[in-house]
Amino acid sequence: MHIMEGFLPGVWALAWYAIAAPVVGYGALKTARLVKDGDVNKSHIAVAAAFIFVLSALKLPSVTGSTSHPTGTGIAVVLFGPAVTAFLSTIVLLYQSLLLGHGGLTTLGANVTSMGIIGPLFGWTVYRSVKPHTDLQKATFAAALVADWTTYVVTSTQLALAFPAEPGLSGVIDSAITFLGVFAVTQLPIGIVEGALAAGLIGYISMSSESVRTRLGVTA
Amino acid sequence: MNRWLAAGGLLMVGLILFSFTTAGAWGGADGAAGEKVDSVAPDYDPWFESLWTPPSGEIESLLFSLQAAIGGLIIGYYLGRGSPLQSASETP
Repeated sequence: MHIMEGFLPGVWALAWYAIAAPVVGYGALKTARLVKDGDVNKSHIAVAAAFIFVLSALKLPSVTGSTSHPTGTGIAVVLFGPAVTAFLSTIVLLYQSLLLGHGGLTTLGANVTSMGIIGPLFGWTVYRSVKPHTDLQKATFAAALVADWTTYVVTSTQLALAFPAEPGLSGVIDSAITFLGVFAVTQLPIGIVEGALAAGLIGYISMSSESVRTRLGVTA
Repeated sequence: MNRWLAAGGLLMVGLILFSFTTAGAWGGADGAAGEKVDSVAPDYDPWFESLWTPPSGEIESLLFSLQAAIGGLIIGYYLGRGSPLQSASETP
């Protein structure tokens, strides 16, 4: 989902920065507060960030003859919500844009918005709405899956807004379908892998402490 | 055994095995999206280059594996520091 360096016109690069910056700032404050309050153990923030690190490093082959990678935001989303996830994703995206030439500084705002904010927001909403009706692992599976798929829908939309096939809304929709064609089929199985791995890990995390179970809305 | 991890792992292995048996360039979808930009807007020139890119594919994969290793280390530490060690120290 990384939009490559320089591949968004300046005005769009700025616009996505403007959207992402306040959320990341709030997420950073919230993360600092969580650490200070001792409300949750620091290790849970670390493990949520580590999951993003591992999964977003895995460029998996998919059924379409191309590779793509999971986002790994599922654990952070169900534990801490979208704002903290935005902050943690920014760290990973910075690492990748500075050291790997993957993504970029000019497109960082857009990439943080898709992977760190809007994808997690949808995943979090799904988690909140299905959690009362099912168990923790199924709810986490759904959250991680939706966060992953939504991220790529947002990336396609971002590219389409910047590069519409023709001026006007229909051109944007045309372009969005073109870009989704690149990502969609590739991402379907990868989202399922990501959901299953997140569901597996959250099972272990929920065993670790009472405060985590309360946070996850798990009773018993 | 955690059934979710097993299912995720098997599916991942399945995808990798599938890639052995199927023709395809197996390039990154991110790069493919960049090429689509060229076809939708042929006049567009990327206006900024990465400040630094890994000098070769090998070094790039080194840095990718480093990223995965850092994450794996933290998750492994987190999972391993729990009850098994404590119960081991309780039985002398």
